[in-house]
Amino acid sequence: METLSLQGSPKTPTVEMNAETGVIEIKGRSIPENSIDFYRPVVDWLDKYSESPANETVVNIQLEYFNTSSSKCILDVFKKLETVYKKNGEKGVVINWYYEEDDEDMLEAGEDYQSILKIPFKMIELEE
Amino acid sequence: MAFDIEEWYKEVNNGDVVLSHYGAITANAITLMLNDIEQGLYDRNEKSKLRKKVYNVMVEALQNLFHHADLPPQNVIDKFGKKFATFVLKKEGENNYSFISGNFIRKDRVKFIKDRIDQINHLSPDELKILYKLILNNNEFSDKGGGGLGLVDIAKRTGHEYHYMFHNYTDDFYFFCLKITIST
Repeated sequence: METLSLQGSPKTPTVEMNAETGVIEIKGRSIPENSIDFYRPVVDWLDKYSESPANETVVNIQLEYFNTSSSKCILDVFKKLETVYKKNGEKGVVINWYYEEDDEDMLEAGEDYQSILKIPFKMIELEE
Repeated sequence: MAFDIEEWYKEVNNGDVVLSHYGAITANAITLMLNDIEQGLYDRNEKSKLRKKVYNVMVEALQNLFHHADLPPQNVIDKFGKKFATFVLKKEGENNYSFISGNFIRKDRVKFIKDRIDQINHLSPDELKILYKLILNNNEFSDKGGGGLGLVDIAKRTGHEYHYMFHNYTDDFYFFCLKITIST
C-alpha cells in the first residue's frame, strides 16, 4: 500500500501516512473553509489500511490550530483508527496528542476526542 | 428608516484596531485577514495563550461570516457582490479583545439565529462542553459545509456571553451585529 504524503499549506496540515511502518502523522494547521475535500484521501487511505494494518500503528497528531469543520473530519480519522484498534487490541494503536504547554484549549480538544472514542490517548506536552 | 451601516461601522471602528473590514468577503481574503491578525497580535506582544485564543476564535468567526451570512439586499450586491460582511477586531484592555461583526440576515431566519444564540448564552461551561461533543459526534455537515459547531466552539473557548442586535434594514432584511469578547 502506498504512502500518503500531503504537503502542508497555510490552511492545511502536513500529512504523512506509511502503511509499512504504521506511522501516521498530521501536523500543522487545519483551518480550511471546507475540510471534507481535504480529509477525503486521508479517510479513504485509512479505510484501506484498516483491512490489513501494521502490527503497531503510531499516530502523531500535532496541530497548532484546527477549525470546527476540521474537528469533525479528525473525528472520522479517529473512528477509522478505532476499527484498527478493535482488530489489533490494546497495543495495536497508540495515539499521541501533542499540545503546547500553555495551550489548554488544545489539551481539552484531545480530551474531548478521548471521551468520545474507545482508543486511549497519550497527551504529550511540548515546551515552547 | 433603514439602519445606517456606514455610521455604525464608523462608530465601532475606533480604538486599538487590529483589523477592520467593510465589504466583500472571500475565502482568499479570509486567509490574508488571518495573516494580518496573527501579525497584529505579535506586534502587540501578546502572550501565546491569548494569541492562540484570539486567532482560533477569529478563524471560526470569519468562516462563520463566509458560510452563514445571507445573500444581502440587491443594492448591496450591486456594490459589493454576493458575500458582504463588516467586522472590527480591537484590543480593549489588558488581555482583552473584542470582535464586532455585522452582516445581513433574512427576516425569516432572525428567530432561528436569535434562539440559537440565546440557548448558547444560557449554557454553563459544562453544558457547552456536552453540547459541543454532541454536535461533534452527530455525523452531520450543514449544506454550507460547516459543522454547525462554530458558535458553540467560540462560546466554549471564550467563556463569555454573546452580545447581539438585529437592526431592521428593509422589509425583508435585518442587519445582524454580533460582539464576541475574548480574554485570558
